Amino acid sequence: MFIYAFKFEQLLSSSGKLLFLHKRIWHQMHLNHLNLLNFKNIRQAELSFIEGINCFVGDNGAGKTNLLDAIYYLSFCKSYFNSIDSQLICHEEEFFVVQGRYERDSQPEDIYAGLKRSQKKQFKRNKKEYPRLSEHIGLLPLVMISPGDERLIVDGSDQRRKFVDGVISQIDKNYLEQLLRYNRILNQRNTLLKSARGKSGVIESQIDIWNSQLALTGQAIFDRRRMFVEQLEPVFQKYHNYISGGNEVVKINYHSHHQKGDIELMLQHNLAKDIVLGYTTRGVHRDDLELLLNSYAVKKDGSQGQKKTFFIALKLAQFEFLNSHFGYPPVLLLDDLFDKLDENRGNRLVELVGSDLFRQIFITDTQKQRLLDIVKHTGKNYAFFDVKEGEVVKDAQNVMND
Amino acid sequence: MNSSRFPSRLLENAVNEFSRLPGIGRKTALRLALFILKQEKDDVQRFSEAVKALREEIQYCKVCHNLSDDEICEICANPKRDHAQVCVVESIRDVMAIENTQQYKGIYHVLGGVISPMDGIGPDDLSINPLVEKASTGAVSEVIFALSATMEGDTTNFYIYKKLAAFPISVTTIARGVSVGDELEYADEVTLGRSLVNRLPFEKTL
Repeated sequence: MFIYAFKFEQLLSSSGKLLFLHKRIWHQMHLNHLNLLNFKNIRQAELSFIEGINCFVGDNGAGKTNLLDAIYYLSFCKSYFNSIDSQLICHEEEFFVVQGRYERDSQPEDIYAGLKRSQKKQFKRNKKEYPRLSEHIGLLPLVMISPGDERLIVDGSDQRRKFVDGVISQIDKNYLEQLLRYNRILNQRNTLLKSARGKSGVIESQIDIWNSQLALTGQAIFDRRRMFVEQLEPVFQKYHNYISGGNEVVKINYHSHHQKGDIELMLQHNLAKDIVLGYTTRGVHRDDLELLLNSYAVKKDGSQGQKKTFFIALKLAQFEFLNSHFGYPPVLLLDDLFDKLDENRGNRLVELVGSDLFRQIFITDTQKQRLLDIVKHTGKNYAFFDVKEGEVVKDAQNVMND
Repeated sequence: MNSSRFPSRLLENAVNEFSRLPGIGRKTALRLALFILKQEKDDVQRFSEAVKALREEIQYCKVCHNLSDDEICEICANPKRDHAQVCVVESIRDVMAIENTQQYKGIYHVLGGVISPMDGIGPDDLSINPLVEKASTGAVSEVIFALSATMEGDTTNFYIYKKLAAFPISVTTIARGVSVGDELEYADEVTLGRSLVNRLPFEKTL
């Protein structure tokens, strides 16, 4: 038994690096072909993509973003923009189909997503339907950056918790479990608080136990989030510096009730208030990230372009986390990236995604010449697609850079 | 379905009563009623007496709250069992499950549920105090938690654990891990993860 254990340890430590290299060489993934039928305003499209930068250009409402959403759908089994699947079906049609052929570890992967009105959606990998959609998520890692991500900055703290939780649970399954458990305890405690309103004696016998359960699970979540934000900040700063040109100082401060002392005591102190309100006022469910630009809240003082730079850097940091977790770069979708950014920032962003860290990128823009001038200089292969009223045509003048 | 007319009100009554049973719809209730009609009168007599006696004569054991024909259940009355070892379970069904393992020689304590405000169940609705009283007499040396592996089960364990902290009792909980005969790749990740964290010295598994 001891000999066996020793060998196992040795295997991990001595060849850990080799294993990692092995991973980097073999684990690659990109989308080769996309077939669409009746997906939003795109009635029919059959597209071949390259490893490198794929550009969708066209006017407003032409369907550029719908193409990105279709690709997003194949990774996450849902739309980025609309949670109601049936609304993705083209008007006056009965069904939509999105089919993607990926190459993953040098093996083809056929992903099929289809929905008929008033029926359950079908999601298949290599012609086999998934028993649970959650089994698919993570197979084809992807990061989407869209103007809608501004809500990360301007909306309530729930958006920032969702962002943090989303990244951590993708790289740590145990965290998701803790999160679900915490929410269940919180639900139980809130029900108890509500039942105690106007009555006495209901709560005393058991509130302590719910306080300590909440504190215990909350502590585990707090520790994980704190660790994550510590790792996130330098990565975020690196990307922010690059895109902004380095003249702005940005910071992320993690705020939690857990930093202010014993959470169990706080829960006890606030009990009377909690009973009146009918919910729990202390705990990690109220955590927030303070986002600072030159020591002021970017939410209040940042310009539109500064806010955009901020969330792009956050999402690129997410990209890097997923990259090092999976051992290969996720697909990157950049929706309307020049919007609100000045020319320098826009150019630097494209230069950035032209670096080796990024492998397959999809970009939408309204001005073809502008985008073409920039991607030419990245050294990456690129392909252009003209999108017009739901029709997509691959440009003849596509260039392979190498 | 509700509009179906019965030729006899007696039949209709019987169907109504049968359909109150869990998992029995009106169609099945009619089938059961017609089946009863075909039986010998003596058999039906025995059947109805068994149901009546079940409800009227069965008792809950004064020691452990298990079902019993007498004031004290067979397990608690058995002098060969270790009365200093008490296994805490949610329901009578759990007692039967553990008894079927034939691995346990102590006695039980049936709580009647777990603490869950969302279901309107608080500690006072469960038989926790009798357990604490029993522990306070010094007659108990070990309490084993065998509640469901849910958050509510854990919370209830924790609640009882705190109540028992004042007494010199060893409090243990049943192990959680990969099922016997299961292949590792099919075990769920959380269970497998926890089995790794709480791994055992190999000698203890021999």
